[in-house]
Amino acid sequence: MKAADTAWRHTLAKKPPVVTAPAAPTRLGVRKTYKLFIGGKFPRSESGRTYLVNGDNVALASRKDARDAVVAARAAQPKWAGATAYNRGQVLYRIAEMLESRRDEFAAQGVPVAEVEAAVDRWVWYAGWADKIAQVHGGANPVAGPFFNISAPEPTGVVAVVAPASFLGLVSVIAPAIVTGNTVVVLAAGPQAAVTLAEVLATSDVPGGVVNILTGNAAETAPWLASHDDVNAIDLAGVTDLDLATELERAAAGNLKRVLRPGDPENDFAGDPGLKPMVALLETKTVWHPKGF
Amino acid sequence: MFEYAPAPESRSVVDIAPSYGLFINGTFEAPGSTGGVFKTVNPATEEVLAEVSAAGPEDVDRAVAAARSAFGPWSALPGAERAKYLFRIARIIQERSRELAVLESLDNGKPIKESRDVDLPLVAAHFFYYAGWADKLEYAGFGENPRPIGVAAQVIPWNFPLLMLAWKIAPALATGNTVVLKPAETTPLSALFFADICRQADLPPGVVNIITGAGETGRTLVEHPGVDKVAFTGSTEVGRQIARSVAGTGKRLTLELGGKAANIVFDDAPIDQAVEGIVNGIFFNQGHVCCAGSRLLVQESAYDEVMESLKRRMATLRLGDPLDKNTDIGAINSAEQLERIRVLTDAGSQEGPERWSPPCELPAQGFWFAPTIFTGVTQAHRIAREEIFGPVLSVLTFRTPAEAIEKANNTPYGLSAGIWSEKGSLILAVADKLRAGVIWANTFNKFDPTSPFGGYKESGYGREGGRHGLEAYLG
Amino acid sequence: MTATLDLRASLHGLPGVDKVGVEARAAALATRSVKTTAKAAAIDLAIRMVDLTTLEGADTPGKVRALAAKALRPDPADSSCPHVGAVCVYPAMVPYVAEVLAGSGVHLASVATAFPSGQAPLDVKLADTRDAVAAGADEIDMVISRGAFLAGRYDHVFEEIVAVKQACGDAHLKVILETGELATYDNVRRASWLAMLAGADFIKTSTGKVPVAATLPVTLVMLEAVRDFRARTGRQVGVKPAGGIKTTKDAIKYLVMINETVGDDWLDPAWFRFGASSLLNDLLMQRTKLTTGHYAGPDYFTLD
Repeated sequence: MKAADTAWRHTLAKKPPVVTAPAAPTRLGVRKTYKLFIGGKFPRSESGRTYLVNGDNVALASRKDARDAVVAARAAQPKWAGATAYNRGQVLYRIAEMLESRRDEFAAQGVPVAEVEAAVDRWVWYAGWADKIAQVHGGANPVAGPFFNISAPEPTGVVAVVAPASFLGLVSVIAPAIVTGNTVVVLAAGPQAAVTLAEVLATSDVPGGVVNILTGNAAETAPWLASHDDVNAIDLAGVTDLDLATELERAAAGNLKRVLRPGDPENDFAGDPGLKPMVALLETKTVWHPKGF
Repeated sequence: MFEYAPAPESRSVVDIAPSYGLFINGTFEAPGSTGGVFKTVNPATEEVLAEVSAAGPEDVDRAVAAARSAFGPWSALPGAERAKYLFRIARIIQERSRELAVLESLDNGKPIKESRDVDLPLVAAHFFYYAGWADKLEYAGFGENPRPIGVAAQVIPWNFPLLMLAWKIAPALATGNTVVLKPAETTPLSALFFADICRQADLPPGVVNIITGAGETGRTLVEHPGVDKVAFTGSTEVGRQIARSVAGTGKRLTLELGGKAANIVFDDAPIDQAVEGIVNGIFFNQGHVCCAGSRLLVQESAYDEVMESLKRRMATLRLGDPLDKNTDIGAINSAEQLERIRVLTDAGSQEGPERWSPPCELPAQGFWFAPTIFTGVTQAHRIAREEIFGPVLSVLTFRTPAEAIEKANNTPYGLSAGIWSEKGSLILAVADKLRAGVIWANTFNKFDPTSPFGGYKESGYGREGGRHGLEAYLG
Repeated sequence: MTATLDLRASLHGLPGVDKVGVEARAAALATRSVKTTAKAAAIDLAIRMVDLTTLEGADTPGKVRALAAKALRPDPADSSCPHVGAVCVYPAMVPYVAEVLAGSGVHLASVATAFPSGQAPLDVKLADTRDAVAAGADEIDMVISRGAFLAGRYDHVFEEIVAVKQACGDAHLKVILETGELATYDNVRRASWLAMLAGADFIKTSTGKVPVAATLPVTLVMLEAVRDFRARTGRQVGVKPAGGIKTTKDAIKYLVMINETVGDDWLDPAWFRFGASSLLNDLLMQRTKLTTGHYAGPDYFTLD
């Protein structure tokens, strides 16, 4: 939110990002345009809008970009949920590997190295959950009758996320959602780090559409996601404006989205996340079958 | 035909008072100046059973305040002691189940064999189940020191009045919360009887408060600032309003809402049992069941056989006096609900599907609707999309498993579904792809306190029953 | 070989039976409450459906004559009490029973074909059958070769039934499936169809000589089979649960089941029988209770 607010004024960058040492006097640095991440591709905003963040041009997502991201997330969801838990765990671990190898890039964007490392470790932690959460959160129910009865968790579907400002926060809301087979549309706060994370994801065997990242003004796009009938849940972790949070929660009631309310603004996401972030985005499916011959 | 003589259960086993107050802080009180009174009738005869209080805002205030002051001591009580209260309540329900069954059938219109053989045993079992959790919460997987939330506002429907009360109150109390519960306007009596059971069990005053009234009372309760947790079972439309009203308040919310379940019959199904499952799926409790199998999807290659068997079976259903032990289909719960069923079935008739009911004489007094099926229904028809909440089945067909899954999931609801086949791999593959919280394979409408129940999508969120059911009441 | 394949394909192509579902349905029907006038009508119908049976090594001419007399007049104190459907005895006892029943309308059934095991050569079984018919039996209760059935030799079982049916001549053939040994409901349904395809006039649950005899769900599966068979072929086949049905309450549960699954057409001694012995006295005691208004005692009913 903070980054977006600053950029909103279209101010010039105070200083360019540190990419190369400015030794050679004649060479002009190449600036990157930070684009959206939708369906595994990096499109510009359909609106053609950009905004400046620390000297970089960043795509300013529109409601139509949000709509496209939901389409991409919905298209990817059944196959991602249908992948084996082992496979999803492997993909998450691959994300950790790729993130580890690009630590410096995040550091150059101002993310403390310790935080990048914590984010890598968080991916590793969730990677291991992929094939365990069903055992911890599901089980056999000893019903009073001749029936086999089991409850198993399933992903809730497409999850919209208003991400917290910190990089570790961003990873801490995406990972628990996707590890169980949900797909996400993320409204990112720190755009450069978020798009760089998207580049990590794009090179980590994450199927296109599983994670979609939009940069821009969450207050503009979030209401469209909150009221979208093809979104199953919304995580308001990064919403700091309580009136906006209430408005979004109210809009989410339209199709009875699962709502994760804004967390403690002081949360640095360093602690043990516990099961809640995963469980909140799971449905429990209970299957009965008679036993007999 | 072998005619059964009338076999009525005795109405006199239960005493119904001419009027009832509100159960607040352990005593029955008259409503305050903002409240009022209303009548509850027997839907099978339209006879007035009792006059019941309508709680107004002042009464809601008092009930919430009573629950609030009881919360401290109740939540501080050792789990093992809370457990014993719940065990005691469960035992009293067992002992008094004949009275309760008769009362439930009188007030609701459901057949006595269902209140006696389904509702009451499940009610007692639910209290027994959650009683045992009260001193084991740290082993439930919700952290080492799970805490109650506070005062729970609970609003329940009229289709299973006492069972829905059990589903709400038992886990709330086991986890250390206190409750204010509002039963449905048309079925308040068993909840008021339960209030008396709480006294008989010496439950501390204020732990359970029962306030009666219509939708306005429910709204006042749910929106009351002194409430920490809202649990609602009812229609999706009201659920949506509650979700909106709770937004921004920080109140925890769980919702069990409507459904339009597909009951899928493959051509290799055990046909005779599938037909029983279809009948049980839609005609159990007059179809007043949120998880009713109201859309029958039959594989085209088995269509003729299934429909012939189904019609033959429907012809044996016995509709009439809910207190007769041989009644299969009782009364529609209210004139209002009967009207809703009529509106939707009239729409069904006009849209093209063929309508069929077995020969069935309806009593002159009371609210009745003959078991009805519509064939030739498509996904576009209103009766395939909207919840009718009555004894009305829409029959659709499919050719392949993929088509069955697609049609089953093509609804904003996601509460339950049925699958009938003798092929295990088919059942598991279909169960895996259905977006619904409860899947009954080769059975239907089975319930158990250990088995989590609740929906996907617009059928609500949260689960009731089992270990999962504790989560809704832990902070 | 082709016949075997066809038979196997037909029997295994029948819809499966879900155990829990069929047992739940039978249990639900068993909760029907049948009182007053309905109960009185049911008791008289049940008496008319009784195959009054004695199948003991110790049976003697005197014993079976007394049984036959009771079959004719179950309640000597009440002339309005109907006679039973049939008397059922071993072939050696048939001549003695025939003398008593002659011209009465009470049928005479005999268990033939190496009852109860069925473990004898076919010619012995056929001779057994012919002898019983010649001695006066107009109903033959045969047993199928369960071993052959369980081994999948459906053609063998089929041909035996065809041969026995031929040996019966005009006598009605009841085919005993011995469902307790068939073990699964799927087998009960397949054996029912096999027997009907081979020409059975009745299908019967049990010999009464193995631990598991007639049950409500087994009978339900058999009733569904005769219902479906008639729908397919036009031929009506009767059903006889036998063994373990001892009380009026039990018998009424069966009648309710007929009523609500196959209907009126089978509510007749020509199409439904109870293979029983002690059941009759309980029916008589309940009948007396309904007539007199007080409970009856066993000393007031004959023990034959």
